[in-house]
Amino acid sequence: MARVVIAGGGLGALRTAESLRANGFTGPITVIGDEGSLPYNRPPLSKEALLDGVHPDSLEFRRKPSVDDVDWRTGSAITHSDLAARTITLSDGETVAFDGLVIATGIRPRRLSIPGPHRGRFVLRTVTDAVALREHIAPDVNTVILGAGFIGCEVAATARTMGANVTIVAADSEPMLRPLGSQMGTAMRRRHEAHGVHFHLGRVIDAFKGDDCVRGVMLDDGTEFPADLVLEAVGSIPNVEWLDGNGLDLGDGILVDSAMQVDFPSAPIVAVGDIARHPNALFGDVPRRIEHWNMPTETGRRAGQTLAALLCDDDVDRGPFTAMPAFWSDQYGYRLQSFGLPGIATSHRTVDGDPDGPCIVEYHDGDGLVGVLGIDRTQDLLPYRKAIMDRENRARTTASEIG
Amino acid sequence: MLTIVVDRDKCEGYGQCILEAEDLFQLDDDGISVPTSGIDDSRRDDAERAADMCPMQAITVL
Repeated sequence: MARVVIAGGGLGALRTAESLRANGFTGPITVIGDEGSLPYNRPPLSKEALLDGVHPDSLEFRRKPSVDDVDWRTGSAITHSDLAARTITLSDGETVAFDGLVIATGIRPRRLSIPGPHRGRFVLRTVTDAVALREHIAPDVNTVILGAGFIGCEVAATARTMGANVTIVAADSEPMLRPLGSQMGTAMRRRHEAHGVHFHLGRVIDAFKGDDCVRGVMLDDGTEFPADLVLEAVGSIPNVEWLDGNGLDLGDGILVDSAMQVDFPSAPIVAVGDIARHPNALFGDVPRRIEHWNMPTETGRRAGQTLAALLCDDDVDRGPFTAMPAFWSDQYGYRLQSFGLPGIATSHRTVDGDPDGPCIVEYHDGDGLVGVLGIDRTQDLLPYRKAIMDRENRARTTASEIG
Repeated sequence: MLTIVVDRDKCEGYGQCILEAEDLFQLDDDGISVPTSGIDDSRRDDAERAADMCPMQAITVL
């Protein structure tokens, strides 16, 4: 009977395994993940878990009974692969054979090469990272956050709530500039400043000061200030190195089609989650990696359906993939929620409320509404979500009118 | 008949369930999700999808 190996042990792995079962695949499934835990929920790591304590058991996802027979091999890293031979190799030298492969190895935090001591520098992706960071954040601890994206801003808010002194250093001109645009970036900066966060924007760190441990930072304009700990939150790198040498397109994650299948004729291979650069018919033909929480579930459902069909010699659904990207972010008492891809918009405007209070912001591209952001307006976002979903129908109508 | 349970201690009112299946849930005055009663078994997939999409994993479909 065909055997599926899922490379990577996060949410995408879990949802793909569940989808394989839901789509009739009854063969053995082995999940190989380098972390020591079963799939768990990462968003609390920058928020509740950092504030109240990291409890891995309560972060673990419930698993559907259909995957009770899955072999979860935690703490195993994959070093390389020979996909034509249908094998992967683990760091202990063991070779694991597969009939169908799911690529779900996700991403890791990007590290910058900055001179100075290494102790006192942190990243935040895993439970282990969160435990280490939490040990050091305390009242009056000088916390420097490098990067002003969602993780940087969420940790800033949590660290302020814990009483730490917080300074954000970022190359961009406003926090969350790329996902939210300049107007909302400015408004979010004002909210952080009102809670006592200091910003050095348009700046990079030239060096860390200190002997055995970081004691301060020096910026590219010569400014120096004390730092007891530094969180580096400057984006991510897809974990694709183990796929080298197989002739795949690994330019930014791994390229897949609308069925989440990798273009590799000699073996059935799909990819899911943060690592999968996939097309979405709602937003044109450009394949993108989308690091939102709901994408491992959406891509995992589709990939499981595809791989089950491939292994059972059934027809694969090659229809468009139209999952709605969604994210949320809690900072202080505010809740940001978004649908669509505000980051690809060419213009945005506040259509309700005030950017400094509860509000709704529309994001547009040449084809109309492409994303929406609400701050403390959860209940009012549904019509906007529907309007973005309607983009696919508009695109089809336009195509048929032209055709 | 489908039974959907929302753990009120876990629910943080993100409303993702409503956005996935607007007729299966609504937010009450406290901003907590309340499942609709008397839902037919044929809606199991929609309910499980909403449960999967809950950021707090507060929804159980029996």
